[in-house]
Amino acid sequence: MRFLFRTTYDQDIRLFQFTHQKAWYAVLLVALFTAPLWLHVVAGDNADYYISVLESLSGTALAGLGLMVLVGYTGQVSLGHAAFLGIGAYAEAVLLGYGVPFPLSLVLAALISGFVGVLVAIPALRLVGLYLAIATFAFLIIIQEVLARWESVTGGNNGLRVPDMVLFGHELSEDWQKYYVVLICTVLCFLAVINLLRSPTGRAMVAIRDSEIAAQSLGVNVARVKTFAFFLSAAITGLSGALFAHKASFLSPEAFGIIASLNLLVIVVVGGLGSLHGAVFGAIILVAVPQLLSIAKDHLPPAIAGTPGLEAGVFGLILVLTILFEPLGMYGRWMKIKFWFAMFPLYKRATFKRQKSYMKTERVH
Amino acid sequence: MINFVQLCINGVAIGCIYALVALGFVLIYKATETVNFAQGDLMMLGAFFAYTTVGLWGWPFLVGVGAAVAGMMVLGALLDRIVLRPVVGQPAFALVMLTIGIGTVARAMTGAMPGWGTETYSIPTPYAGNKVNLGELVISVEHLVIISVTVGLCVFLFLFFRYTKLGVAMQASSQNQLAAYYMGIPVKTVFSLIWGLSAGVAGIAGILLAPITLVDVNLGFIGLKAFPAAVLGGFGSIPGAIVGGLIIGVIEALAGFYLPLGFKDIAAYVVLLVVLFVRPHGLFGQMARKKV
Repeated sequence: MRFLFRTTYDQDIRLFQFTHQKAWYAVLLVALFTAPLWLHVVAGDNADYYISVLESLSGTALAGLGLMVLVGYTGQVSLGHAAFLGIGAYAEAVLLGYGVPFPLSLVLAALISGFVGVLVAIPALRLVGLYLAIATFAFLIIIQEVLARWESVTGGNNGLRVPDMVLFGHELSEDWQKYYVVLICTVLCFLAVINLLRSPTGRAMVAIRDSEIAAQSLGVNVARVKTFAFFLSAAITGLSGALFAHKASFLSPEAFGIIASLNLLVIVVVGGLGSLHGAVFGAIILVAVPQLLSIAKDHLPPAIAGTPGLEAGVFGLILVLTILFEPLGMYGRWMKIKFWFAMFPLYKRATFKRQKSYMKTERVH
Repeated sequence: MINFVQLCINGVAIGCIYALVALGFVLIYKATETVNFAQGDLMMLGAFFAYTTVGLWGWPFLVGVGAAVAGMMVLGALLDRIVLRPVVGQPAFALVMLTIGIGTVARAMTGAMPGWGTETYSIPTPYAGNKVNLGELVISVEHLVIISVTVGLCVFLFLFFRYTKLGVAMQASSQNQLAAYYMGIPVKTVFSLIWGLSAGVAGIAGILLAPITLVDVNLGFIGLKAFPAAVLGGFGSIPGAIVGGLIIGVIEALAGFYLPLGFKDIAAYVVLLVVLFVRPHGLFGQMARKKV
């Protein structure tokens, strides 16, 4: 059992509460940054495959991070985040097509996506809960239609080829090179968000999530913080979209539809709302399940294995089971396991018991 | 002019479908404050049920449809009892995600079900392909059936909520759960019944739609267009849902004819966004101001 004995206020906002955490994160970072090296030793010929899996994992975690800022920390529901993914991806491809140099194009793509996020946020400030969810959904449908119809720029349904990344005259086309680009972006964004969440703005976001009225009473500028959260979330998701464009190397509007949006929501809900670990855990699920399914398909009866919607169905099932049995998501389970060891042998199931609550109505009677 | 009237009639017929799905949303939302994102998929299941009874088993049309609707009602009630009830009182977001999950599971299961699968099917109806000529207007019987069944269903629901004990109990539980509970209304059971009713309405919508669009796994996506309808109507009012559905249907039909390609699919959502930005709680919605 570990006791927290606070001697300074700084302890509450430290990046790492305990020294051993620093060590573990350092190990993780080193492992990730040397992955192309040790994967060649461990996996041999399959190394390229594993590197590309790691690349999509890290890109997915980045997209999850974007949505987590909005849904998990600011409490604003968005069913339309795939639109920002699409805007980022198309912006990157179009900017590179106009000859904008590569790292700058990533930044610009993220900023364009973030700017659209602000445009969405301004009207969205007046909407709450359910209406916000439906408005963002409508936004997604409209953006998808725009991507499909604005043929002079996006190529419409014929798709758009994405130029290769060129950094200081070197073409980055190998998997491991792309992996490093994605990994560096992801690590930087995570660090930025972790630090933001320790700052007054981050605290204000959490306050708005927990009670908008209370936050307002305490002097939080709700409109500004919400708009900023939309901007940040859209920008991060857009960045992830721009990186996805390079991985896919060919864009078509179908990739950014309602299914992609739902996948993003699966990341944050299954991973665990309101935790950055959750974004990573959720991304692991999202990347691992299709791989496992393709292995499992060999052992399933053909009628089930051949179903086109199988993957979406499995995600739906995971989503339903998570909400029913583990509302805190994978991160909640992780906490419980850690707590079990910390409290051994005194763990009580009731510690995490869901409190009975009456329905909180939003209606006026 | 005749063109315009013709388009309006087609729009009204499709609008009736949107209205029925929106009606399902509203019934559930009024009672449990849950937005059922799986409503479109319930509609798809209803169509598949009818396809099974009428198409596969060869039952007489009305009997088969009746059985399908009854099956949908049982399914809806079970869904509430097994999946929704454990999460009552959780944040609205969890419920939204839960119903979205139910929708995708329903789609995948339908696709994997032996005999159903992902192909496109048609339900043999006694009225398919017939047309009525009214002067220069040509109205297909399918559209007439949709409109008249919708009107009939609305009258039935109005009488049901007004004059039956169960209907009054449902109204009471959706207005104030606690008070209804104190008055001896079994609120939980009533909620299950409301889910059953809503699933039944969705099933009817699916069966009505089947002759026009045919039956396939993605039929449920049409249900997403019912969101604009429900929001136009304010999400809490049954007449509002009907009016909203009709407006969306007509706007869509007109946009498909008078505006460039592509506007047909997004017209409903553009209208939705405009309405939400002007009135954040829908056209007929009540302003909610939370007391602190």
